[in-house]
Parts: sequence; structure tokens; C-alpha cells
Amino acid sequence: MTTGTTVTSIASHLRRAASAYPTLLRVGLSEVVAYRAEFIVWILTTNMPFVMLAIWHAVASEGPIGRFGQKDFIAYYLAGWAIRLLTSTWLVWELSMEIRAGTLSARLLRPLHPLFAFSAQHLAALPMRIVVVTPVAVALVWLAGDRLAIGDPRVLAIWLASMAGAWLLIFFTMVFLGSLSFFLESAIGVFEVWLALFAVLSGYLVPSELLPPWVGRVARLSPFDSMLSFPLETLIGLRDLPTATRDLGTQWLYIAIMASLGLSVWRRGVKRYVAFGG
Amino acid sequence: MLRSADSGLSVFPAAGLQHGHGHGDDGFGRGRDTRRPRWSRYARLLLLQMRMSAVSAMQYRADFLLKGAISLVWLSVALIPLISVFHQRSTVRGWSFPEALVVVGWFSLMKGILEGAISPSLTSVVEHVRKGTLDFLLLKPADAQFLVSTAKFEPWRVMDVLGALAVFAYAFRELGHAPRLQHVALALALLVVAICVLYALWILVVSASFWVVKVDNLSYLFGSLFDAGRWPISVFRGALWFAFTFIFPLALMTSYPAMALLDRLPASTAVAALAGGLAFASLARLVWSRALAFYTSASS
Repeated sequence: MTTGTTVTSIASHLRRAASAYPTLLRVGLSEVVAYRAEFIVWILTTNMPFVMLAIWHAVASEGPIGRFGQKDFIAYYLAGWAIRLLTSTWLVWELSMEIRAGTLSARLLRPLHPLFAFSAQHLAALPMRIVVVTPVAVALVWLAGDRLAIGDPRVLAIWLASMAGAWLLIFFTMVFLGSLSFFLESAIGVFEVWLALFAVLSGYLVPSELLPPWVGRVARLSPFDSMLSFPLETLIGLRDLPTATRDLGTQWLYIAIMASLGLSVWRRGVKRYVAFGG
Repeated sequence: MLRSADSGLSVFPAAGLQHGHGHGDDGFGRGRDTRRPRWSRYARLLLLQMRMSAVSAMQYRADFLLKGAISLVWLSVALIPLISVFHQRSTVRGWSFPEALVVVGWFSLMKGILEGAISPSLTSVVEHVRKGTLDFLLLKPADAQFLVSTAKFEPWRVMDVLGALAVFAYAFRELGHAPRLQHVALALALLVVAICVLYALWILVVSASFWVVKVDNLSYLFGSLFDAGRWPISVFRGALWFAFTFIFPLALMTSYPAMALLDRLPASTAVAALAGGLAFASLARLVWSRALAFYTSASS
């Protein structure tokens, strides 16, 4: 089991990961296909955007709300659902279960760093998710295609970078929250509070410009903005190019912060876990 | 504590090995308690189950308080979309902000009951079916559905109920008048029916697990569908309205009791809701019995 942090060991980690990744991805993909019924049920649990769309659609029937008319709400919530699905990970549940059951020891014994294995598993779920998202994406283009701003190649490039960034940011946040299971009995409780904050501050439930003013301000400055609002609003043209470029820098700054925070808590947690004969 | 069985043989009356059917046993196969009515037996059993859940929850006091705090966080966070919507418009489909708050209050109340009393027990049934340990439960001399439904409670969910009462108090203060007594009575009647319907829905889901074993994440789906209940039913149109009124009757569970309190519920709807709810509950009991028969019949 390796916990070294020297340059050579990081390089060897990356080399091993690079050779193992394709296989891990294939294994992950076949897992997802095997458990497709469960997968579909999990997808169906993320239905809040559709409920919120129904409500805002009703509210906007007499006239637009701020910048949002009915078509804008459709674009916002359909795209928001798709982006949420493509960038979310379930790492906290897995880590929490494995730490409490002690099965993390088996992963730590392998020559590949557990986090690489986890990330491969989550990335492997993306193809299935893209399949599920496609009908909604088609509906989005059909119903509100003129709202999409990615015709401009610069915006498209920034949007793609922001999607990758959102995935990484959420992944490292999950590493941080999951590693709390090494120290706390109820890390899942902390995760639930985080989920509640995410739902409100990231623009998942309500577009951040329609939130009450002080909540909206907190939301804009928080990392939650980089997780969903930023890619979403770039996609549907609510953020112009200069703002989007600046927000991209902010997003990757947050990724660096969360990565170092998550990895340091992970390392400390593993040391503690192993010390107790785990 | 329950008195120990006077004879292990009395669990199997059909075996004819105990003191006969004609001696008026109380349905538990125990001759000694013939004077005690069956319902008081069940009432004591219920209190015992609740006490056991409370004791085991209180063992981890910090956890208990944390979970109570999380309930409150969820409630306050759930209010933000509502506040955002009514920040923009003073009425939505005929509902004002305080009136919509009453719906949110009922939602919180029902959620507390769902996640405090109904979900925990019924999710454990799915586990039992999967592991095959349901048989131990079925051997016990009490009705299986009762035992299964009272196995586990989560006492910190009482925070949701307290939160709901606070929301009601605030909403009616904003409206400027308190609900009249007959409205409260109707709302309470609808509450009983709503609990029956919620419970019946869950029993249907759990009965499905006898045939299709892997339904444990259906509890998450159930919870997320239930989340739509925080909005008044008139907000939904067409297919969604139909689904949330008749198929997954959120209207009955949150909007109708709120409308009863606000004196907006037409009498015909109230009667239909009460009758429909009770019919639904009897259907669920029927499905459960069939599912149990299926489970205990062949080579399980």
C-alpha cells in the first residue's frame, strides 16, 4: 500500500493509472449496463428540475420574470437537469460504506490508488448517462434551441472546459466529504446538508438571479456557482464571453483548492484507518 | 416486557397439539390471555416497539441532535424556492404566499410521518425479503403487517412536525385569522386518510419486493416524487395534475388538508377524497396478503 508523495511515486501512480484506466472503464461500463434498472431508478429520482419547471412555467404565464420567459425556463431546467446528471458522482455513499464495512482495505492493497479506481468507475457511467440525457437534449433543442449560445465556437470551448471543470470540482468535493467518514460517525449527515446547500445555491432549484438578493449574492461567490450555474448559464447564453472566461478561471481555482483539501483529508484519513488495523 | 409464551406449541394452532381451538384463545394461540381484548394487545405491542426505537436512537445522542438539526435545515432550505417564486408574483394560480405556506406546512408534517414512522420499518422489510429473514418475523404470534410496519421509528423526525406547526402559525398570522374549528376537524380527518394513503402506497411498493426483490432504491424515488407535494396541486396542469391527484395522490396528502384549513375545499371533493383514500388502503391490504401468500407458498 503506497501513501508516498514524492515526485517519482506520483509519476509511477499516473503511469499505472494510465495503463489500468481503459480496463477499469470497460468494467465500469459493463457494471452500469448490468444494473441498468437500478440506474434508471436513480435517474428518475433527480426529477426536481421538472417540478420546478412546471411551477415557473405557471408563474411566467402572465409575463416574463426578470430575464426569464417561459421558453427561457424550459431551456434552463432541461439543460440544468442534463448538466446535473452528467456531472454528479455518488462517491460519498460508496466511500462511507466501504470505510464503515472495512472493504476499503482491499482497495488500498491494490497497486492502483483507490481514487483513480473510483474516478474510472464514475467516468464509466457517463456513456449510459449520455444515452439517457439525449432525448431531453433533443427536446431542449427543439423547444428552446434559439436560446443556446454554443453556436459561437469560443463559447463552445469555454462550455466544454466548464463541464469538465464541474465534474472535477464535484468529484474532489465528494472526495473531501467522503473522507470525513474516516473521522465522523455521521458523515452522511454532513453530505445531506451539503446537498441542501447545493440545491439552493447552485441554481439547481431556482436560477441564482431569481433568488432573494442576499442568497443570490452568496450563491454567486460560492463554489456551488462553478458546479452548475456557470456551465448552465454559459450554455443558454445568460453569461457573456468576458464573464464566462473570468468564471472559468474562478472554477479552476476552486478545483485546485478542493483537490488539495480533499486529498489532504483523504491522506490523513487513510493513515488513521490503517493505524487502527483496518 | 411481554410475558414469555406459556408453551412453544401454541404458535402452531393448526398442529392440534395445544389445548384445542374451542377454548377461546385470543388469536395469539395463548390460552392464558383470553380475557384481554386483541386491540389492547396490539396497543401494548405498538408502545413497546416505539419505546425500543426511541431507546436505540437516544443511545447516540449527538447523532440524534444532528439529525434533528438537519431536518430543520432541509425545511428552511425548502422554503427558499417558495420565497423566490412569491418574491416575483403575489399569487400563483390563485394561491397567495401564506396559503402556499400552509401547503408547505402539511408537506413537512407528512414528510415527518413518512420518514419517521413509515419508511424506516418498510425499508427493513425489503432487506428481510432479500436475506430471507422475513420468515422469523412471520413466525411471531402477531399480524405480520403490523409487526413489519412498527419495526423501526426515527424519533428525531418529530422536528419536521414541530417545524410544520411553526409554519402554520406564521402562515395564519399573515392571513390575519385562525382556522375555524370545523375546518381543523376536516383537516384532521384528511390527515388520517392521508396517512392511510401514504402507508398504503408504501405497502404496495414493499409488496412488489416480494416479486421483484431489488426495490430498495425505490424508497429514494418515492421520497423524490413526494417532494413535489410542497406545491399546491393547482400549479400542475394536464398529465402531471392527473398523476399527482389519482396515481400518486399528493393532492390528497398535502393540498387537500391545506385547502380544508383554508376553507377552500368543496364538500364533494372532501367526500371523494375520504372515500378514495379508504378504498386505496383496503386495496393495499389485499395486495399485501396476496404477496405474503406468494412468499410463504412455494419453496421459500
